[in-house]
Amino acid sequence: MSAPDTAAPATAAVTAAATNGAAAVRVSRFTAVARIAHWGNALLFAVTIVTGLMFRFGWGQSLIPDRLLARNIHVYSGLGIVVAFAIAVIPRWGRALRRDLSRVNRWSPDDVRWIRSRGRDATVQLGKFNPGQKLNVIFVAAAAVILAATGSMMKWNEPFSTDLRNGATFVHDWFAYAIFAVVFGHIVMALKDRESMRGITYGTVSAEWARHHRPAWYAEQRNEACAASGNVSGAPTDTTEGPVTVDA
Amino acid sequence: MTSDIAPVEVPADREPGAPVGRRLFLGLLGLGTVGVLMGSTISNWIEDLRKNDPTGLSTLLPGGGGWRYYTVTGEYPSRSNADYSLRVHGLVDNPFTLSYDELRDLPPTRLNRDFQCVTGWRVGDVKWQGVKLADLLDRAGVQAGSAALRFTSFDGVYTESLTMEQARRDDVIVAYELEGQPISSDHGGPVRMCVAPMYGYKFTKWLDGIEVTDKVIPGYWEERGYDIDAWVGESNGRNDVRT
Repeated sequence: MSAPDTAAPATAAVTAAATNGAAAVRVSRFTAVARIAHWGNALLFAVTIVTGLMFRFGWGQSLIPDRLLARNIHVYSGLGIVVAFAIAVIPRWGRALRRDLSRVNRWSPDDVRWIRSRGRDATVQLGKFNPGQKLNVIFVAAAAVILAATGSMMKWNEPFSTDLRNGATFVHDWFAYAIFAVVFGHIVMALKDRESMRGITYGTVSAEWARHHRPAWYAEQRNEACAASGNVSGAPTDTTEGPVTVDA
Repeated sequence: MTSDIAPVEVPADREPGAPVGRRLFLGLLGLGTVGVLMGSTISNWIEDLRKNDPTGLSTLLPGGGGWRYYTVTGEYPSRSNADYSLRVHGLVDNPFTLSYDELRDLPPTRLNRDFQCVTGWRVGDVKWQGVKLADLLDRAGVQAGSAALRFTSFDGVYTESLTMEQARRDDVIVAYELEGQPISSDHGGPVRMCVAPMYGYKFTKWLDGIEVTDKVIPGYWEERGYDIDAWVGESNGRNDVRT
């Protein structure tokens, strides 16, 4: 992605600060809860997709000593994705994640422009997530729910007619293919953007990256940091995202 | 330590924006629900499409009530028609071995039945052609005291069983054609069992031996928990429509 050079009003005021020792300035992007949720989800997804592909295409079944055990691993790691997500989001510690979900939900006029220009419009002021990331979250969330529901119908199938079972299998197949493709795309995009990857792994991104790639979010973070600290008094940086901190 | 920074103006036009995420999310859930309700019908369309598709492209479509290919060894063993042979032995007066061509020269039997897997998927109205197992047993001359059959596969691992009574049914055949075509390797060709009224695991793929035994020897999946008498709809805790 090209960095928009047009200094937008939102970022003009912080440019000086960012250029003075820009390398050291890190912006908090994901809380520990969000990062654990993400990588835990990734692990469960990998287990689920590998066991699923084994069943679908008969790969490596000799590696599985007990077919029923493998089936249970698939079922419970799949359901675990939904359960783990709920555990990460619903309690108090999920505040930042809930805020992220609300960001994914709401599409600004800039998001629409970004989509229309296929990401090339350099004047677009993106928020914390670009629309591609938003679509990824929305699709994966819906597909996870659908796969868990249809998978449950396949496993606990007694109450359902043959037609409904076939329908569940049909939907499970299609959404499994789709989520596989979408997650593959997600990984490809992630590998192209090291700083973004650092964000989801270690929690922070460089101010430079934030200013260039997510200017509206960057501005928002700076304002919140000012509001939170008021004057410079070593305001505690709690686990919620927000304050822009400078590494010592 | 918090940096000393001045507030920044957020552009005035930044409103929360439309709840596109929620709409898409709910729309996808709706799509999934419609899929569950309509999936059976759509599968049948795809299956019809497949049957009338000379290009074979439609076989790339997932779902579609199509087959799932299972193997217990991790690969699909392959054997040419020329190399293929079927051995009928055990408690019989005249054990014999048939080549692929000899099997095809025997009087054929055609079956048209649904195929039901114990894991839930079903393929409607499958055409099989082969030789009645009862004919082979008559030719071999089953001895007194025999009670069951043991089937083996040239994958080297898979086994299956039938009682003598089950084996003599008219809808139990040694099959060499599926949907009017020679049976491909992934389907268990060149020769596999077709035990029409039972679950798919009874349809031994890559069949190379039929042994007459004095008692039922549980097969591969039967040692791993599946029922020995695998009638569709009356076993394995399932209530599928009979095939």
